[in-house]
Amino acid sequence: MNVGLLYSRIRRDEKLLLSELRDRGHEVAKIDVRDEQFGLSDPPESFEGVDVVVDRCLATSRSLYITQFLDAYDVPVVNSAATADVCSDKVKNSLALERAGVPTPTTEVAFTTDSALEIIEQFGYPCVIKPVVGSWGRLMAKVESRSAAEAILEHKATLGHYQHKVFYIQEFVEKPGRDIRVVAVDGEPIAAMTRSSEHWLTNAAKGAEVEPFEVDDRVRDLVATASDAVGGGLLGIDLMETGVSGSSDPETRVAESQADYTVHEVNHTVEFKALNDAVDVDVPSAVVDWLESTVDAEPEATV
Amino acid sequence: MADTITAEDPLTGEEIEIPADVEVGEIVDSPATGAELEVISIDPVTLEEAPELEEDWGE
Repeated sequence: MNVGLLYSRIRRDEKLLLSELRDRGHEVAKIDVRDEQFGLSDPPESFEGVDVVVDRCLATSRSLYITQFLDAYDVPVVNSAATADVCSDKVKNSLALERAGVPTPTTEVAFTTDSALEIIEQFGYPCVIKPVVGSWGRLMAKVESRSAAEAILEHKATLGHYQHKVFYIQEFVEKPGRDIRVVAVDGEPIAAMTRSSEHWLTNAAKGAEVEPFEVDDRVRDLVATASDAVGGGLLGIDLMETGVSGSSDPETRVAESQADYTVHEVNHTVEFKALNDAVDVDVPSAVVDWLESTVDAEPEATV
Repeated sequence: MADTITAEDPLTGEEIEIPADVEVGEIVDSPATGAELEVISIDPVTLEEAPELEEDWGE
């Protein structure tokens, strides 16, 4: 197949994908999004002959618009514009999960600092303020007092881009020092890992320690439903364990039999290098398997 | 040790060693300054200072 890899920065994730694609004899056109110009009717020359475009844009804004353009040109792209639209915005993400019946942290949104402060006071402390667009744990605030809340809200209202005036406030979930990242294709898990840290943020990008995680039936169900809720594709589904302490003591674990999971986010341009290092599964190989099956399912895909 | 090649650090003008299998678009850290450098072309390799992190970058 002929794959267009859309990028603005080649991370190790993209290198792994490129290597796997080339090793299998696929044609790969690297398309630097910064060099492209998009009209309303015809795709740029770089997209000629591609069977599928893999959107690996680092910038959410670019990913959002380019997937829309590719849709308009009838160029197959993974992930789809619809998936990108839902996943790139935490409000849309949360609404989709709630609508699908996936347990997700209690979340409220307000548009003024006064209303936001009211939500925070109702949640109690700590609670969490997140930017509606953002990644890698950046600009996330764990709010532990009213005075901190007032300061954070004032800073966001005064210094922020207009999106920071959409105040996305979430309950603080007491997780057992770790969260879970599952990378899945159309709802089928490829592999999963835990991300552990002493810090309340457990993003791999923040230096969390990663360990393989065995997907149980409950996680498998939640991943399938969450994936479907956002339109499917190659996704990183993030879950937290609720009602557990993380103890290895069997008696403690029995006492924690009410344990469940909550899905806090689904990512659409998922990074997988940390997962690939943590597990025995060859993640890029599984991703390319899925790409091949996706293209096989679309025989009229070539532009 | 992985194979390396040399290229000019655009910030210092020094010859630096980078992995031989770099791709256009890849970011390498300058061993001279620690700065992030983007591979603009290969054969010969040219480097530029990498763009600064932007707010909507991520996954």
